[in-house]
Amino acid sequence: MTLKAGEKARIAKQFIEAIPFSKALGMNLDDIGDGFAVISMPWSEDLVGDPQSGVIHGGAVSALMDTCGGAAVMSHPDAPAGTATIDLRIDYMRPATPGQRIIARAECYNVTRSVGFVRASAFDEDEDRPVATAAGAFTVERPKEAKA
Amino acid sequence: MNRPRPEPVQVVKERRDRALELLVKGVPYARFMGIEFDRRGDELTAIMHYDEKLIGNPFLPALHGGAIASFLEMTAIIGLSWQTLWDDIESGRTAAEDLSPETMPRLPKTIDFTVDYLRAGLPRDAYARARVNRSGRRYASVHVEAWQDNRDKLFAQATGHFLMPSRNGNGARVG
Repeated sequence: MTLKAGEKARIAKQFIEAIPFSKALGMNLDDIGDGFAVISMPWSEDLVGDPQSGVIHGGAVSALMDTCGGAAVMSHPDAPAGTATIDLRIDYMRPATPGQRIIARAECYNVTRSVGFVRASAFDEDEDRPVATAAGAFTVERPKEAKA
Repeated sequence: MNRPRPEPVQVVKERRDRALELLVKGVPYARFMGIEFDRRGDELTAIMHYDEKLIGNPFLPALHGGAIASFLEMTAIIGLSWQTLWDDIESGRTAAEDLSPETMPRLPKTIDFTVDYLRAGLPRDAYARARVNRSGRRYASVHVEAWQDNRDKLFAQATGHFLMPSRNGNGARVG
């Protein structure tokens, strides 16, 4: 793990790994830095959406992307900690291979006073072909006195 | 003029409920999420039973955006699949008695899914209904609305596109 030495990164990791739903899905924060995050999730029988193929449900991949996107916003230098999803679009390129871990990488590429914009992608062990990509907008929650 | 007597209501109900149960029980993630479907005629309402593990922000507390997205996508896929299954059973193309986990039609595959988060999800049960806006031979477009205490106050909505399973030959991927 190449966690950056910032206090903010440490807090973000603690915060993200304490989220009940992320914990229930077995998510692990692999890396976090200025405006980016890497979170992975193991394959599990509980997450299967298609019993005939054993492929994980799209909703579980959404959950991973959403968590990773939120983490990227929280770790952005211009954003205070604390965010909520405004909207998230996921494009599914191919089914994730059953039994393999899914890794999501998210980048918060722009932050305004109120909104963080995020791109994300998810891969299994085949790192050349994405399982899914995502684009989203997240709230940026600022303390009241921060009004400029 | 002799019309065939309509079937007893209990027989009709049992046939439809059995088909729905096979459809939903076949999805492990639905059980994990605590999602069930209530049926009135052909109309389905999805229910996500509240559980502490669905929380995304423990301080508010509020449901996790990913739990909400999962709930809506599940509602869309089951709703879409149910529409086809209902038509097949009611028209007699599929005999409900012959349905089994092995012979169930394949589920539609999500192409894309966009969720609007309108307000925080409260720590209590949530409900959702899907509306199939277009369902062609290969592609379908589905809209989903989700609410909690008040039907008119949606806390999330979503639109998604889906690849329909091949109608001839079970399971073959369309393209």
